[in-house]
Amino acid sequence: MLYYTLKRLGLAGLVALTVSFISFGLLYISSDPAIAMAGETASDADIEAIRQLYGFDRPILVQYFDWLQRAMSGDLGKSYYFRTDVSALIAERLSTTMTLGVSAITFAIVLSVPLGVAAAIRPNSVIDRIALFLSVMGQALPSFWFALMLIVFLSVTFRLLPTSGSDTWQHFIMPTIVLGYYAAPAIMRLTRTGMLEVLSTDYIRTARAKGLRPRVVLFKHALRNAVIPVVSLTAVQFGFMLGGSIVVETIFALHGAGFLAWESITRNDLPTVQGLILVFSLFYIVLTFFADLLNAWLDPRIRIN
Amino acid sequence: MSEINSKTLESQTKSSVFRRRVFGHQGVMIGAAIVLAAVLIALSAPLIAPHDPYYQDLLNRLVPPVWDSRGSWEHILGTDHLGRDYLSRLIYGARISLLIGVGAALISGLIGTVLGVAAGYFGGRVDMIVTFMITVRLSMPVVLVALAVVAIVGGSLQVVIMVLGFLLWDRFAVVMRSSTLQIRSMDYVAAAQAVGCSTTRILTTEIMPNVVNNLIVIATLEIAHAIILEAALSFLGLGVQPPLPSWGLMVSEGKDMMLFEPWLITIPGVALFLLVLAINLLGDGARDITAPENRN
Repeated sequence: MLYYTLKRLGLAGLVALTVSFISFGLLYISSDPAIAMAGETASDADIEAIRQLYGFDRPILVQYFDWLQRAMSGDLGKSYYFRTDVSALIAERLSTTMTLGVSAITFAIVLSVPLGVAAAIRPNSVIDRIALFLSVMGQALPSFWFALMLIVFLSVTFRLLPTSGSDTWQHFIMPTIVLGYYAAPAIMRLTRTGMLEVLSTDYIRTARAKGLRPRVVLFKHALRNAVIPVVSLTAVQFGFMLGGSIVVETIFALHGAGFLAWESITRNDLPTVQGLILVFSLFYIVLTFFADLLNAWLDPRIRIN
Repeated sequence: MSEINSKTLESQTKSSVFRRRVFGHQGVMIGAAIVLAAVLIALSAPLIAPHDPYYQDLLNRLVPPVWDSRGSWEHILGTDHLGRDYLSRLIYGARISLLIGVGAALISGLIGTVLGVAAGYFGGRVDMIVTFMITVRLSMPVVLVALAVVAIVGGSLQVVIMVLGFLLWDRFAVVMRSSTLQIRSMDYVAAAQAVGCSTTRILTTEIMPNVVNNLIVIATLEIAHAIILEAALSFLGLGVQPPLPSWGLMVSEGKDMMLFEPWLITIPGVALFLLVLAINLLGDGARDITAPENRN
C-alpha cells in the first residue's frame, strides 16, 4: 500500500508539473503580457520598458521556472486588473465555488444513487425506464440554457427564488440544480450497472438463500460493493464540476472562482487565468489521487498490479 | 450447391438480424430521423430559408412567432433584436452546429485513435506515455482552457473547431486503447504476427476493422459533446462571433430580453437540445446494436 501510494503520488506530481507547464506555455506564447499591462495608449517605448521591468524578454523556460518557483511558495503573481495577489484573490472566491460544488455533488448523489438502485432492483420496469429517460434527457440539456429556463420559470413566472448574486442560501438553489444535474446521469448509470452486477453474484444468492431479509441483502451486502466505483466517479465528476462552474456562476452572477475566471479571461488578466487553471487542475489531481487510494485500499487487486 | 445455399442463408439471417436490431430500436429510429432532418436542413439551408439570415430589418424588430397573436406568417418564428428572421437564422445555425461537431470530432478522433491504438498495440513505454497524456488532458478544465485560448487567439469558426478538436480526444484515446488491448490478444493477431505481417499491415487489416465499431460510437457521442460545448462558448461570447447564427449565440443575444420575449431563448435552446439528444440516442443505439453485451 505504501509503495502504491508513493507511486501514485509521484504520478500526481508529474501530472501537476506538466499541466502547469502547458497552461503557462499556452498563455505565454499566444499573447504579449506587456501590451496587455501597458494599456491601449502606451507607446512602443513604454511597452519595451514594461517588458524589461517584468522580465518578459527572457526565454520562456527561464520565465516558467521563475513562475513555478514562486507558485510553489503560493505566490501566483499579481492580477493585472485588481492589482492584488492572485492567490489571495482565488482563495477569497474559492469558498463560494466550493459551497456550490459540494451542494451540487450532494444534490447529484441524492438524486441519482437511489434512482440507480431502484432501477437495478427491477430492470426494465417503469422506474428503470424513467431513470434511463431522465439520464438521456439530462445529458442533452445545455447547462446554460437550462439555467436561463429555470430563471424564467422559478424567478420570474413564480417569483420563488432570487435570480443572481451569492448573498443567501436561496441564491445557491438554482445553481446547485443546474450544476448537479450535469453529474447525475453518469452517477446514476454507474450505480445501476454496479448494482446489477453485484446482485447477480454468488454471495448475494448465498445471503438470500440463508434467509436474510431482502433489505439487509440489498443495502448491507449489495450496495456496499456496488458503490465502490461510484465513489471514484463522484470524485472525478466533482473535479469536472469545478470547471463547469464557470458557465453556471457567470449566469447566476455567483462571485466564485468560475465567475472570476470568466471576468479575467474577458479582461486579458493572464496571471489570474493561469492561476485559476492551475488551481482547478490541482483540485482534480488531488481528488483523483484520493479516489485511487481509496479504491486501492478497498480492492487489493489494484495495488498489487 | 448446398454449401452456397447455407452460406446465403447465413448471410441473410445475419443481415436480417442486423436490420431487425436497427429498425426495432426505438432510440436509433428517433435519433436517426432527427439527425437526418438536421443534416438535410443544414445542406439545403439556402434553398429552404425564407429570408437572408443576416438581413436586418430594423423596422420589424422582435416580431413574435406566428402562434403569438402579434405574430405573422411572414416571420414564422419571429425576428430578433435586429429584425433578422429567426427561422432563417435557426436553419443556418444547424450548419454551424453540425460543422463544428463533425470538424472537432474528426480532429479529436484522429488524435485519440492514433494515441489509443498505439498505446494498446505497443504497450510498455508507449502505453505509459499515452496514459500519462490522457491523465494530463483530463486534469485540465476544458471550458476554462477553451475560453482562455479563444479569448487570446480570437473567436472564429475555425478556431473553435481546432480548440475543441485538440481538447476532446481523451475519450477516443481511452476507448481505442482498451479495444485495441482486447483485440491484440486474439489468436488471429498472433497468427498474423507469426506469418510475418508488418506492423502497419496488422494495424490496418487486423486491428482497425475490429475497433471501428467502438470508434463510430465514440465519434457520435463526441460530436454531441462538441456541439454543446460550442454553444456554451458562444453563449459566453468566446466562441463563434456575431453575426454568425450560432444557436448558443442566439440564446446569448436573446438573454437580455428573455423576461419579455422568452421565445427568443426557447427556440434556439430547444433546437440545440433536440439535436444533441438525437445524436446521443443514435450513439447509444449504435452501441446497443453493435455490442449488445455492453448495454448496461
